[in-house]
Amino acid sequence: MTETLLRVRNLTVRFPMPRTRLLGPRPWLTAVNGVDLEIEAGRAVGLVGESGCGKSTLARAILALVAPQAGTIEWRGRPVRHDDATGLRRMRRELQVVFQDPVGSLDPRMSVGESVTEALEALEGAQAAAASRARVGSMLAEVGLDPALHARYPHELSGGQCQRAAIARALVGRPKLLVCDEAVSALDVSVQAQIVNLLADLRRRHGLALLFISHNLAVVRHLCDEVAVLYRGRVVERASAAAIFAGPRHPYTRALLAAVPDPEPAAHARACIPELRAAAAAESVAVAGCAYGPRCPLAASDCLVEAPGLEDDGGGHRTACHYARVRPTAN
Amino acid sequence: MADGALFEVRDLCVQFATPRGRVNAVREASLEVRRGECLAVVGESGSGKSQLFLGCLGLLAAGGVVQGSARFDGQELLGPDSTPRRAALGTRVAMVFQDPMNALTPHLTIGRQLAEVVLDRGLLDAAAARARSLAVLESVGMPEPEARLRQYPHELSGGQRQRAAIAMALMTHPDLLVADEPTTALDVTVQAQVIEVLRGARDRGLAVVLITHDMGVVAGIADRVAVMYAGRIVETALARELFDSPAHPYTAALLASVPRLDTPLAGRLVGIEGQPPAPGAEPDGCAFAPRCASVLDVCHRSRPSLTSHGARSVACHAARLEAGAGR
Repeated sequence: MTETLLRVRNLTVRFPMPRTRLLGPRPWLTAVNGVDLEIEAGRAVGLVGESGCGKSTLARAILALVAPQAGTIEWRGRPVRHDDATGLRRMRRELQVVFQDPVGSLDPRMSVGESVTEALEALEGAQAAAASRARVGSMLAEVGLDPALHARYPHELSGGQCQRAAIARALVGRPKLLVCDEAVSALDVSVQAQIVNLLADLRRRHGLALLFISHNLAVVRHLCDEVAVLYRGRVVERASAAAIFAGPRHPYTRALLAAVPDPEPAAHARACIPELRAAAAAESVAVAGCAYGPRCPLAASDCLVEAPGLEDDGGGHRTACHYARVRPTAN
Repeated sequence: MADGALFEVRDLCVQFATPRGRVNAVREASLEVRRGECLAVVGESGSGKSQLFLGCLGLLAAGGVVQGSARFDGQELLGPDSTPRRAALGTRVAMVFQDPMNALTPHLTIGRQLAEVVLDRGLLDAAAARARSLAVLESVGMPEPEARLRQYPHELSGGQRQRAAIAMALMTHPDLLVADEPTTALDVTVQAQVIEVLRGARDRGLAVVLITHDMGVVAGIADRVAVMYAGRIVETALARELFDSPAHPYTAALLASVPRLDTPLAGRLVGIEGQPPAPGAEPDGCAFAPRCASVLDVCHRSRPSLTSHGARSVACHAARLEAGAGR
């Protein structure tokens, strides 16, 4: 029985928007809307969706960097409370994050060695950190940074090297779950492949769980065991990576997969994507029914009235669509 | 090869003066683009792909020096007289950049910005400019173009902004469009729309240069591809041939490192170990030799020159041996 590290229930995060009229009601933007998510120890979960779908907000809520309006987050069976500083510190020892911009997420005035040491000190106290100084060196070596580079500053390193340092800093406290928010998106493909391989190795070696947020579906396919597809703050499909990539069911997942440009000229000749055309037509305002309804090629009248719930097919493949199972189109 | 070329670059070098001396961003690059053709220029960050075209068009940052020749429709753009370059730039040669927000003026409506392009050049009167704006917005697939004319850039989504930026570039009916990473900041669904817009422009006879690092985008639109590494063009080929059988080991490695949706999962991705030489520290031999899987002794000593094999040119000692052995 593997331990469930993270259990998110009905999580909703809203942000206040500027009033449109003086003294009028304050509009709210619902970035994350009733999301359920579990991550078991050692599993890699991919979170995909377009920009603005709420994937980063969901990650920030999980990291306790924004407070949710509703719902609960449990870390290893304990509820995460924003007023519980001790509990948060304990959680952060086991829950770490790597961000998109590798250079911007390191302190420009610290060498990468100092940055990693600082993380260790913050997590374990200065004394314990001094005793485990060797761990900084071995962690940097493990992410593939040459010892000659440990005293270098971020501006002296390439993007890929900085991202390795950021990963070392996140992993030096031996977390159980690493959140990667578009951690390979800013890198060149050859470097991206190196970092994806590094994350896969580290996972295997340390039994590390990953929450891998990306808009790059091919990378998610290579790295993740499970995938959750987010659309307008809701999970619209959730299944094993193999199931999603072999047989996507939600029309949005299918459109997303169809839109990935294939590095193969012949493939483009045959693929002209009707689902995409539909996507172009409407970037509409909030609707009562399914949020994807206005863009959806399968939408019927009931889709615009009633929002579909996330339903399990009995085999662990969950889809929020009235018609995904009625009319499954072969991909 | 060169006849019929609308835009022809010969032996172009771009240097920057830095505190540590002169650094070469582009070395001896030659290429040409014909009407109705899309040339993709691919390479990793720092390979010089953007500087090559900024150099041709006189848009280098301070301290940048360009040498060599860039001829547009028979006229030299880099000669001592800047008149041909000024006449062509923005009118017959248009550019689209990566970040659509920075390409648009935040405090002017889309309609005003589009009209300004032709009004400031005295090409059209106000009524005709408005009609042209509408037509161009329609041609880039902008939903509800009439309403967009009255909106400000912040009211548009990222994809709509990039379409507005492309529309702005198309206002003067240019002959050549240089698009520098036009889809990098966009979602895949929006990216696919922008590729379709560029493809439409190319099919209407525009010459398109697409600068990108995304091989998927290249496959979607390019007719020919030039691959750059460490400031040099290392391979040019027809897009189909390049994807079918990359000749330069760097091209092959670049293609192999793209994670794909349609191939069986093979466990590890194939990256390229190491990193490109630092600017100003190029080795005597082939710049790719330290990272190359098919490296020969000779690669460290002498730099291979770009050699043509039919429609394809490759700068690689190993590739030439294979071609010689195979034919």
